Amino acid sequence: MITEFTPLASTIGGMMIGVAAILLMATHGRIAGISGIAVRMFPPYIDKDASGRVMFIVGLIASSLFFTKLTGHWAPMSVSGGPLLLAAAGLLVGFGSVWGNGCTSGHGICGLSRLSFRSLVAVITFMATAIITVFITHHLI
Amino acid sequence: MSLITQFLIGLLFGSGLTLAGMTNPQKIQNFLDVAAIPSGTWDPSLAFVMAAGTLVTYLGYKLVLKRKRPIFDTQFHLPKKKSLDAPVIVGPAIFGIGWGLGGFCPGPAFTALGTGSSQAAIFIVAMLGGMVAARLIALKRIGEKTVTVKA
Repeated sequence: MITEFTPLASTIGGMMIGVAAILLMATHGRIAGISGIAVRMFPPYIDKDASGRVMFIVGLIASSLFFTKLTGHWAPMSVSGGPLLLAAAGLLVGFGSVWGNGCTSGHGICGLSRLSFRSLVAVITFMATAIITVFITHHLI
Repeated sequence: MSLITQFLIGLLFGSGLTLAGMTNPQKIQNFLDVAAIPSGTWDPSLAFVMAAGTLVTYLGYKLVLKRKRPIFDTQFHLPKKKSLDAPVIVGPAIFGIGWGLGGFCPGPAFTALGTGSSQAAIFIVAMLGGMVAARLIALKRIGEKTVTVKA
């Protein structure tokens, strides 16, 4: 299914994500990496910030309701694939992001902003395997 | 106050993701589908999100990290590792396969959960399982390494 190219909304949305990342650094001194925040909601606890991480994730979840209240419509969302595929995808995303110490936010937005070489390598790697995966599932299978 | 702030920052982060269209897995997969460039159905929106987000964060971090400490903590917690190792390649390689398959990465998946999507819920349960497993295995390996060094 075709999705509309949205340069303006995506640029403004990206800037909002950037401001959120800056605020989390300014207030809590933390990288806004969602995989790192999510996994540290669970034990073993190495600091006392677990409840703050839960609040951040609750904010993320609540944001779609907030967005709908504000704009009067639900953001478009279409998922391809059944429960089994989604569970497999979730497992890979979860394991890979924590194993590699970051995902699209931690290595992507925050890591690249810090000019981290590790993050650059991580971003190039996940972009490559994701592009190959989509090529296989969309064009070969 | 610290907890409310984290909630509000999460709310802003998620609103940005939603406005940017990143909570729609189809849009992510249409970005990743570079073979669609010649046919004109390629959706480059994700590149705009990454570019805008990275540029804003780059400028903001410069200002913020000049300060002595964050408001609610005694120090900034920045990753210390600088050199490459196997996990920083293997992890993202695995992550990318899952990202391509489902079109969800962790942030947008949580935000999509707020729409009441059962598909996002299935994804998140599996994702959290994978995350906790990876962390436990990584911590165990670090523990074993430390023991070896001591011996």
